[in-house]
Amino acid sequence: MYLQIIEQIRRRIAVGDWPPGYELPSIRALAAAVQVSVITVKRAYLELEREGVIVTRQGKGSFVAESANLSTQLRQAELDEHLAAAARVGSVLGMSAGELSDRLRAAIAARDEKQS
Amino acid sequence: MSEPLIEAEAVEKTYRFFRLSDVALRLEAGQILGFVGPNGAGKSTTIRILMGMVRQDRGSVRVLGRVLPQDQAAAKREIGFVSEDMQLHGAATLEWHMRFVAAIYPGWDADYAQTLLRRFNLHREQRIKALSHGERVKATLLLVLARRPRLLLLDEPTTGLDPVARHEVLAELMDVVRDERRGILFSSHNTQDVEQISDQITFIDRGRIIDSSDKEAFLDRWRRLNLEVPAGLTVPHLPGTIETTASGRIAVVTTSAYTPGMEEACVRAGLTVRDVQRMTLEEIFVANVMSHRQEREQ
Repeated sequence: MYLQIIEQIRRRIAVGDWPPGYELPSIRALAAAVQVSVITVKRAYLELEREGVIVTRQGKGSFVAESANLSTQLRQAELDEHLAAAARVGSVLGMSAGELSDRLRAAIAARDEKQS
Repeated sequence: MSEPLIEAEAVEKTYRFFRLSDVALRLEAGQILGFVGPNGAGKSTTIRILMGMVRQDRGSVRVLGRVLPQDQAAAKREIGFVSEDMQLHGAATLEWHMRFVAAIYPGWDADYAQTLLRRFNLHREQRIKALSHGERVKATLLLVLARRPRLLLLDEPTTGLDPVARHEVLAELMDVVRDERRGILFSSHNTQDVEQISDQITFIDRGRIIDSSDKEAFLDRWRRLNLEVPAGLTVPHLPGTIETTASGRIAVVTTSAYTPGMEEACVRAGLTVRDVQRMTLEEIFVANVMSHRQEREQ
């Protein structure tokens, strides 16, 4: 459940609804709005803070981090997650690193073909 | 930190065919505690003890800083209690009930009552006996919520509600804990509601507390490992193993103490980890109850 909340917040930031410096709702206000327990929202905020996506100032609230290329970073983080998942599936299938890279290259070639 | 809203320790109560033993509960201000158990587990008895309606044989109970059952009158002024078998006067209107409660409790908030009427889609002139089950539950909740009690004790508040009414009720409960001084204990066998809004979860079965922790910790430490075990090899001992089922080369281990190190231990033992699944609260609850019952029967 906290992963879903992280995802929703990331998306709002990525599409620019919540720009850098934007003040996030308080934990209790967001919990009431999405009807999810306070502890779950708190965990999502902590995680996003650890990733550097938001900053929390004691007694002032939480804000979207002032990093210009944040949405790019978020998209790259998302890509890394997909790649990690692919690596896991590859190892279950007993593929070597070379075989897995070949598959990725094939996927890139297929994409280029579609675009041309 | 402010004092806990509920502090119960070593509570016992013996009836002819049922026994509540060594029950401990704790609810901090600003939190929601989900009290989960099968039918007949002792949820209602425990809640009645917390209300001072039933006197425990042994153990200490403090609610809102008051010692129960001695100070129950003082505690009750700040507790909102809702149970399924709560009796409203069928022939009287909701308006009549609202005036009645407002006359007893000085904290009655008429504006909030009006807001709740709108949110719950209820009407003052409605007679109680003409209400559906869901409307009656919402009417009972309205009468309690509009007093703005610091502690809400709700016995199965969402049982038998349709999805829309459930959504309306859960939204109102979440609104209560926007205030950090207030708190809610609600019992349920609907693990979905508990998983959604609880900060703390306590499982009870056959009169005993079988597990208690914060919700995130619960969901984090319970996992199911799907393993492939080559012929001649066995699953190594993993901490917190609740159940291991094996068929052919596939083994499924349910653990209540998951750490990422477990996967490495399996790989070192020559096994392949196919998948590590998170569990829903429902799955955790059932596995937990079953393993405790087995333990006690042995």
